[in-house]
Amino acid sequence: MKYPDFNQTIPIDEIGVNERVSRLNSRSIKKDSKVQALKLALSMIDHTTLEGSDSPGKVIQLCKKARQPHSAIPDLPTVAAVCVYPRMVGVAKKELKGTDIHVASVATAFPSGQAPLSMRLQDTKFAVSEGADEIDMVISRGAFLNGEFQLVFDEIAAVKEACGDAHLKVILETGELHTLENVRKASDIAMHAGADFIKTSTGKVSPAATQPVTLVMLEAIRDFYYETDKMIGMKPAGGIRTAKQAIQYLVIVKETLGAAWLNKDYFRFGASSLTNDLLMQIVKQQTGHYQSLDYFSND
Amino acid sequence: MSNAETKETTYKPTSPNSKLDFESVWEYAPAPQDSDFAEVKDRYELFIGGKFVKPSKGRYFKSTNPATEEEITEFAEATQKDIDKAVKAARKAYEGEWSRISAKERGKYIYRIARMLQERAREFAVLESMDGGKPIRESRDVDIPLVAAYFFYYAGWADKLEYAFPGKKPQPYGVCGQIIPWNFPLLMLAWKIAPALATGNTVVLKPAETTSLTALKFAELVKDCGIPDGVVNIVTGAGQTGAEIVNHKDIDKIAFTGSTNVGKIIQKSLAGTDKKYTLELGGKGALVIFEDAPIDQAVEGIINAIYFNQGHVCCAGSRLLVQEGVADKVIQKLKDRLETLIVGDPLDKNTDIGAINSKEQFETVNKYLELGVEEGADVYQSKCDIPENGYFIRPTLFTNVSQSNRVVQEEIFGPVLTVQTFRTADEGIEKANNTPYGLANGVWTDKGSKIFKMSSKMRSGVIWANTYNKFDPTSPFGGYKESGVGREGGMHGLAAYIKN
Repeated sequence: MKYPDFNQTIPIDEIGVNERVSRLNSRSIKKDSKVQALKLALSMIDHTTLEGSDSPGKVIQLCKKARQPHSAIPDLPTVAAVCVYPRMVGVAKKELKGTDIHVASVATAFPSGQAPLSMRLQDTKFAVSEGADEIDMVISRGAFLNGEFQLVFDEIAAVKEACGDAHLKVILETGELHTLENVRKASDIAMHAGADFIKTSTGKVSPAATQPVTLVMLEAIRDFYYETDKMIGMKPAGGIRTAKQAIQYLVIVKETLGAAWLNKDYFRFGASSLTNDLLMQIVKQQTGHYQSLDYFSND
Repeated sequence: MSNAETKETTYKPTSPNSKLDFESVWEYAPAPQDSDFAEVKDRYELFIGGKFVKPSKGRYFKSTNPATEEEITEFAEATQKDIDKAVKAARKAYEGEWSRISAKERGKYIYRIARMLQERAREFAVLESMDGGKPIRESRDVDIPLVAAYFFYYAGWADKLEYAFPGKKPQPYGVCGQIIPWNFPLLMLAWKIAPALATGNTVVLKPAETTSLTALKFAELVKDCGIPDGVVNIVTGAGQTGAEIVNHKDIDKIAFTGSTNVGKIIQKSLAGTDKKYTLELGGKGALVIFEDAPIDQAVEGIINAIYFNQGHVCCAGSRLLVQEGVADKVIQKLKDRLETLIVGDPLDKNTDIGAINSKEQFETVNKYLELGVEEGADVYQSKCDIPENGYFIRPTLFTNVSQSNRVVQEEIFGPVLTVQTFRTADEGIEKANNTPYGLANGVWTDKGSKIFKMSSKMRSGVIWANTYNKFDPTSPFGGYKESGVGREGGMHGLAAYIKN
């Protein structure tokens, strides 16, 4: 494969990106297409808990919710994956046995990534050995901002190798990259270095996922696909709390990359509170009424 | 001849060769804008001297919805007697109350019009889409908000004219005859009426025969706002009615927006009279895309430049000039983007491209599509579905064309883009300027100095950089060469209604 010169910057016009996003947001999604979108979004969720206080009990509850999002509606899709810290992978794996829900684990000294590479690789290997199907790594933002693009590339490639068969999601932490041009460059580095998915954020830095950033990453994925025929997945994470936002993201994916990306193999939402808002909207579409949040489990 | 036949006899769209598949399992359900609340009468009369009056010859003409080919209503045909009556009413108002009230009071009426337009914005948007075929997304988000903005802007100038023209006592011309086109019916009305009233003129305005509905709704609003009778007169009719206005002896100024052909006729008939005039005519804008441009945003700019309002835009960017190094990439992305444009019911909130304004224009555009093929161009159209009835045309690209092709030289006024390449900035400039028109151009580059170079050398009244089709009341608008005479908008637009 031919690698681009990462010192070259691909120009991105921020005003143009924002305009495109607001035009996409003006799509009106109603009736059947809304119900379909809500269910699709639900099936794309990486149901996540990433707290210092996470315990096996908390993770078990999370997994139960993942398997059965809302008992009142039995035929709902399950979420795509649960996303936990490496120490909790074993617990989640056991709890999700027999389902096709993946276990994703953050690794590489998440969320800062400020540990020696050897320890980050160790972290990754541990998560994989515990049974993680997917690894969410963070890039070295300090090195990136310092212009050490080759280092960032090499580290991602090393983590990819450590992943073995597990899918690699590369978190760019776009809130720390500051410009859309940096987002584009980090996306290109990650894809060329072997990412299966590129992901916006850890959820620990504000701003987390935004729609303009997501559009720029999807356009990077599109260019990569034009050049290499290889489909890379996309995961916006953090800050997506409402069904309305989720549907807006789906519109952006649909009109940027088309049908092939509109499934959990190529698009995920990293979120925790989004699940219940989607469920609430699905119930609303079925019954015509909003129910109190008390009727939805908070796991 | 039924519409379906015309479509059959043209040609089949080429099948896209994209790697991406936009025919999704997830389709958008219809999202129709509610339109029942917008009242349309069976017939509209002429608005003269503050009253709705029957036309002297008693003739009416039908208006159809271009998306359904159904008749919506009918309008009165104004003939010479009616125009005379309207000019007399305007003259009486000008010499009477309108020149006696203070500039501040004049401004108040214009502000009132602006506010009333805002209050009824959705109604006007719906009617504009029904009568003219433009998507509700545009009439709701672009046309009507701009209409209100132009009235607000010029209302503010009414009592500050001496600051706009320091050292002068600005005087209005008197009675202005105004003739507007069918592509932005209410917006063109605003561009004409707002500065004319702000400077103290009175007006006789003729909307285009295919899109008179919102102008007559506007007349109702004018009546409600209490402005003195005769200050605003709206007369409907086709070309002959327009000619009666142009040739009327007691009109002081003509403002026309429309085709270059009609503009030339008007200019001829005004020669030797002391009538002042401004003309906003056709265009064949170039979009110059450099290798260093932000490509994805440039593609979006192209979409806004040529597929906005079905390409019925005098300043549309209908010629793409793309630097050779990125030409393939831009064309590939453009083709993919075309696949996501939704063509159909103008009243559906998701529609990107509505109906071609009239049967006549539909036939004109189709003729150009055939001509392009005859001239040896490669034609590309998106494979989107289009409704069976109504006048719809898929967004179209012509590649493999050159300056000598008629589709490159002539204004098509439809959703049709020609694509050429260039190697150097000088070649880009030369191609951009190689046209009898000079209304608007666009340039896309990441480099500021290149923008300045291009904009100082491209001969057009408007140049957009890294964007296209952006309008603002403060900005003057108008053309070089055969694109027109004079400027509208901003302070320049005031000057067009003030005696020198």
